Amino acid sequence: MLSRWAHRHASWLFPAPAVVLVATIIVYPIAYTGWMSLHEWFASSLTGPRFIGLANYGKIVLGDARFREAVVRTLYFTTLAVAAETLLGVAMALLFNREFWGRGLLRTLAILPMVATPTAIALVFVMMYHPTLGVANYLVSLVGLSPFRWTYSSQTALYALALVDVWQWTPLIMLIALAGLASLPREPYEAAHLDGATPLQALWHITLPLLRPALVVAILFRAIDALKTFDIIFVMTQGGPANSSETINILLFNQAFSYFNMGYSASMAVALFALVMGASLILIKVRRSTTW
Amino acid sequence: MRGGARRRWLSTAGFYALAGLFMLPTVFVFYWMITLSLKPQIEATAYPPSFVRFSVTLAGYREVFTKYPFFLYTWNSLVVATGCTLLGLAVGLPAAYSIAHWRQQRLAVMILVARIIPGIAYLIPWYIFFRNLRMVDTYGALILTHLIVGLPIIIWVMISFFEDVPPDLEDAGLIDGCSHLGVFWRIALPLVKPGVVATAILSFVFSWNNFLFSVILAGRTTRTLPIAVYTMISYEEINWGTLAAAATLITLPVLLVALLAQRHIVTGLTFGAVKQ
Repeated sequence: MLSRWAHRHASWLFPAPAVVLVATIIVYPIAYTGWMSLHEWFASSLTGPRFIGLANYGKIVLGDARFREAVVRTLYFTTLAVAAETLLGVAMALLFNREFWGRGLLRTLAILPMVATPTAIALVFVMMYHPTLGVANYLVSLVGLSPFRWTYSSQTALYALALVDVWQWTPLIMLIALAGLASLPREPYEAAHLDGATPLQALWHITLPLLRPALVVAILFRAIDALKTFDIIFVMTQGGPANSSETINILLFNQAFSYFNMGYSASMAVALFALVMGASLILIKVRRSTTW
Repeated sequence: MRGGARRRWLSTAGFYALAGLFMLPTVFVFYWMITLSLKPQIEATAYPPSFVRFSVTLAGYREVFTKYPFFLYTWNSLVVATGCTLLGLAVGLPAAYSIAHWRQQRLAVMILVARIIPGIAYLIPWYIFFRNLRMVDTYGALILTHLIVGLPIIIWVMISFFEDVPPDLEDAGLIDGCSHLGVFWRIALPLVKPGVVATAILSFVFSWNNFLFSVILAGRTTRTLPIAVYTMISYEEINWGTLAAAATLITLPVLLVALLAQRHIVTGLTFGAVKQ
């Protein structure tokens, strides 16, 4: 009897545990964050949350210069890292899009940075970036450049961090672009060849437009994750020196867990979510609006 | 003819030179991590650094285990990653089957949104809940929160595997008197076994690497490896060999495990948008 009932209702019984779990660990916390963002509350104090309406949002939009700087920095970091990863990744995919000995090894090497523990990688970069003892400055001096202070200077910290992101994630763009290249049709190239197009023209007018859908997916995932970058920044600079690498995530984390300013940081979390959602929607729209 | 052969040889050599140049940074960082972990302190911080010739010592590794409770951290990481993966599979596999079988697009979108939301947005309420429940510094809190990273990947990747199961097979099972549960368990699941292995590995790796959730919700007794490394830096551990040994010990297991699932890693990272 019970089994017959279960059979008839299988289409919602199957996902039910996952839905319940997702609701408790995802939907409820998000709703709670939204509610909390309308309150003023310090988790360290004994008094409960006080409703203050949209005051927190007013403060982050108008009053808090540090938050505004963090937003600009987050966007700058993301743009810089994702642009470099896309350019390098596509260039590498174009190079590797052929039959050659060692193709399997290439794929294996490419996935290693993506799965390596970010905290451990950050630690290795901390040592490599050391201004006087690190190997990075030695390598730089080999090329004839003067040494940098990498994450130890407020002028270069954000770039040095973006470089770690580029090191970790360029292979992802490359692999996605390679998969895209492998599925391209041959006919347009034959037609272009007959029309006397140079390889460079074929690349610009055929390959890149055809690659666009795959690339947009790659950029979308990279942008979403780069906006949320936390581990490497927190381990390597904690937002410093002098706040020069303080992204929204880091500022928010410190507001929430050093100052226990829960209501205010919740409003920043909502703002960060809006930013990530906005970026996703723009990219999805770009993908839809193009014809290929 | 000879000029043509020579040109081909040159272009091959040029290709491999360029390929090596592109892949050099990837290899170098891992090479540097491992060699630093084997160097004595004087050579680890020597300038100019030695790339090939250096004396090998295991002092760094010994120190990691004697100076810090590294076995405990490793055990904690194993428990949390395994728990998160098993729970994720138990809950995620039926859900993925259901989404693929009954085309439940709305559920799929919900899972995608869970992937997009910044983790820190969950962390504030979780911290308050778990603190009120006195569950900070328990495996339960860590496993549940790590599921946020693992479950969406498990579900999303498995949807595409279950979609490849021929509907005829499922219909045949139903006609033969199998229940939906029977079809799922005896027909669909054995067919997607490679996918289950791959997603299990992915979920394990993501939980193993997780820093943000554990740094707040783990305590003295449940501290996982990434948090251990972080505390090592902040406590001014100045021995580079020790730091590099810790980094190597954390990273090597995931690298090895990931190699087993390498064909599916890009699928998992792009949420099934790109199939390799």
